[in-house]
Amino acid sequence: MLFFSYFKDLVGQEVTVELKNDLAIRGTLHSVDQYLNIKLENTRVVDQDKYPHMLSVRNCFIRGSVVRYVQLPPDGVDVDLLHDAARREARGG
Amino acid sequence: MSWSAPDDIFFSTSLAAYLDKKLLVLLRDGRKLMGLLRSFDQFANAVLEEAYERVIVGDLYCDIPLGLYIIRGENVVLIGELDIEKEELPAQMVQVSEAEIKRAQKAEKEAMLLKGTMRKRMEFLDLD
Repeated sequence: MLFFSYFKDLVGQEVTVELKNDLAIRGTLHSVDQYLNIKLENTRVVDQDKYPHMLSVRNCFIRGSVVRYVQLPPDGVDVDLLHDAARREARGG
Repeated sequence: MSWSAPDDIFFSTSLAAYLDKKLLVLLRDGRKLMGLLRSFDQFANAVLEEAYERVIVGDLYCDIPLGLYIIRGENVVLIGELDIEKEELPAQMVQVSEAEIKRAQKAEKEAMLLKGTMRKRMEFLDLD
């Protein structure tokens, strides 16, 4: 639940999602759900020449199970807030 | 699982916004399927109508018709909405027949294997 809440607060930010198949997609975080499935808008693929089939894709749904990383802007993260939330979850859960 | 209200279609991560749209579905095995989304569920299982597989080898591509497909969600990597105003593929790509793309796939596979064995032979040099 912690990261679901965290990602909900990140909606609207530019992120880069790196998938387990090495595809990396940059876009605006549109929405997230309990499985950490991600919907991105205004997407651009990082290495466009390698993935010609993605040329006209502007919005996409990414299954949570295939995400390796979600790269965030450094000022987009309140690390202390996350740290506190983690401690609270650890105590409660 | 409750059904979202109509307004939620636009803000949630549900695939409802993609219904009846032409989509690109990337699968874990690297295949690229395209078609119209007719149905889905919480596992991202999907029903694609008029589905076809787009096989790409270098600058060659081929669309192989598949018909009506049910895709098991665990194989889904990404579902992308295609912008109809944009070109689906770069201009230099050429559409070829199924036979020709299969030949190209075989050639690419053999080249990869050859590259693999050559690399193995060079490993003793310890260049990296």
